[in-house]
Amino acid sequence: MKQSETKDHAGLAEDFIKDEERVNWHDGALWYIREKRDIASKQIPEWEQLREAASKIKSNVISNLHEYLLQFEANLTKNGIIVHWAQNAQEHNEIVYSILKAKEINQMVKSKSMLTEECHLNEYLGERGIDVINSDLGEYIQQIDNEPPSHIVLPCIHKRKEEIGELFHEHLGTEKGLSDPTLLTRVARKHLRNVFLTRRAALTGVNFAVAETGEYVVCTNEGNADMGAHLSEVQIASMGLEKIIPQKKHLGIFLRLLARSATGQPITIYSSHYKKPRKGQEMHLILVDAGRTRQLGRTDFRDSLKCIKCGGCMNTCPVYRKSGGLSYHNTISGPIGAILAPNLDMKKHADLPYASTLCGSCSNVCPVKINIHEQLYKWRQVIVKEGCAANTKALGMKAMAWTLSSPGTFTNAGKAGRWFLHNIPFVVNNKLNPWYKQRDMPEGPKESFAEWYAKNEPKR
Amino acid sequence: MTAGLFIPCYVNQFYPSAAKSTLQLLKKLGVDVVYPAKQTCCGQPMSNSGFEYLSQGCNNLFIDNFSGFDYIVAPSASCVLHIKDHLHSAQNEELATIIRTRVYELVEFLTDVLKVEKLDAVFPHKVGIHHSCHGLRGLHLAQMSELNAPPFSKPKRLLDMVQGLEQITLDRSDECCGFGGTFCVAEEAVSVKMGKDRVTDHTKNGAEYITSSDLSCLMHLEGILHRNKSSLKIIHIAEILNSTV
Repeated sequence: MKQSETKDHAGLAEDFIKDEERVNWHDGALWYIREKRDIASKQIPEWEQLREAASKIKSNVISNLHEYLLQFEANLTKNGIIVHWAQNAQEHNEIVYSILKAKEINQMVKSKSMLTEECHLNEYLGERGIDVINSDLGEYIQQIDNEPPSHIVLPCIHKRKEEIGELFHEHLGTEKGLSDPTLLTRVARKHLRNVFLTRRAALTGVNFAVAETGEYVVCTNEGNADMGAHLSEVQIASMGLEKIIPQKKHLGIFLRLLARSATGQPITIYSSHYKKPRKGQEMHLILVDAGRTRQLGRTDFRDSLKCIKCGGCMNTCPVYRKSGGLSYHNTISGPIGAILAPNLDMKKHADLPYASTLCGSCSNVCPVKINIHEQLYKWRQVIVKEGCAANTKALGMKAMAWTLSSPGTFTNAGKAGRWFLHNIPFVVNNKLNPWYKQRDMPEGPKESFAEWYAKNEPKR
Repeated sequence: MTAGLFIPCYVNQFYPSAAKSTLQLLKKLGVDVVYPAKQTCCGQPMSNSGFEYLSQGCNNLFIDNFSGFDYIVAPSASCVLHIKDHLHSAQNEELATIIRTRVYELVEFLTDVLKVEKLDAVFPHKVGIHHSCHGLRGLHLAQMSELNAPPFSKPKRLLDMVQGLEQITLDRSDECCGFGGTFCVAEEAVSVKMGKDRVTDHTKNGAEYITSSDLSCLMHLEGILHRNKSSLKIIHIAEILNSTV
């Protein structure tokens, strides 16, 4: 799969920004969704109370996860769904493979599931002769381009329609130069329709798992999860442990928040409830940990597990909008990805908590009120303490010099001025400093305020 | 009422005129202002880079300089927020706690403590307000666009009192400028792109000046404006509020 292994977020973002016209368009498209979200949320007087309620329900869930999971498992079993537990991605993939192998199935259709992206399920099954087709249109486009999704809700938001036309020309034999979205969608639909009809197995993600009833809810706009599930002989659902909600009545809160936060819609087109297998059908549900219990054990970061994957933080994040989701080199990109990823591999993702100005807009749009920007700040402290701050070491050394120098040297104003220009990372006065690539420094005044004050104000 | 004037390190070095305006404005409004000479930095550059544990020296020095004042006032929302959120001391937690509750950014000090209703200032120009994120989402100087909550704006209210000043409306009322402390060099490309887009919003809507309660944002935007030989200028809000004919 196309993915840069060597560059960090700053480097990948720099590459993305080279095409400024694309950045402007990408930024504008996501800002438009943020505005739609604003309009939708402001039409509901109780919006802020809804966020508060959702946040509290999720607090309850992550504080009592053990009990809820057992309750959910018992109800699933009662409903006739076969339950599996996977500690990590490897176990998850092995379980899916064993289910398919037992039925001698070598083709599967998959609706959107970030978890299976995180587990690299498609590659794993591909290596074992099982062909997986993603049925979400955006994910399908990403799949034929051999690229991971750049956004959890809008997987190919970084691609222009002309580029998609080119891909379709290459892979689906459409006429060269065709870029009309409606016509391209029709081609994809025709192709996928055939996939749905011929695949015996379908895998979906899970948006909400109701402990009380043992049912799960999948939200899509394309109906692709339903199409796959309804035509399948074997239906598999993969879910992270944190997707639990206690009771069915809580769905009323989460479904209202999810679609408005994600795209500004009042509700997703399809909110499908799956509870028990049809006659002759087999249903499996895989509960996956893959680092979630470790995150649960981190007091400062456990609230990140409240996430309902709406993507609102990505749409509002100016860094995300200007740098593109792929620059985060992690399945979940953007602000939420930057607080989830270090838990998975701190060294590999040490750059992500720094890919933020800490502006705080993410925390404000979050439908479950995760303090994302505060967690970014806290991850930075952890990353430095754990010795994973390779990318920021230079800055760290300067920071240290700063500390050591501050009390003594600063008393002499002239000296302090020189010290300042040599040590503060963003004003270091040499042409190698990235500041000067596209910016000038203010022209230094003749005297600092401290010097002026000493001369002009009476001593007290 | 005696207020300790906290002038952040980079303001002291690069923008003394904003510091002077802050001092003069507070004096005009009858505040007894003292500038403790041995002050340095709030410690934010270290902490935001993940080196909070190294900032104890800075914190203790800040406490030495600013204990005993009725208020501490600074023309920088970002540095004030850092003190409010992160000033702690193993030796003097009690003093640190008092300081955290007494430190004010200039705009909030004028509106919330002095309850200023009238100013003599004159500034006949078109001005765009750039809300710094720390001022907006940290200190709540204005309502945040993401929330479903009634609008208000403390800087707007103050600028409304300035004779001749025309406030322009931006397309994106509270988008980050991309300075972000060390972010501005560590993520140079994103930082500059964000800055350029903020500048465009102001230019497009006819601003002659961009003002803010944070000079760090303005320094970054000024760097871009200057490099591109733009006629749009930056000015700290204290300089506008202190301006006369």
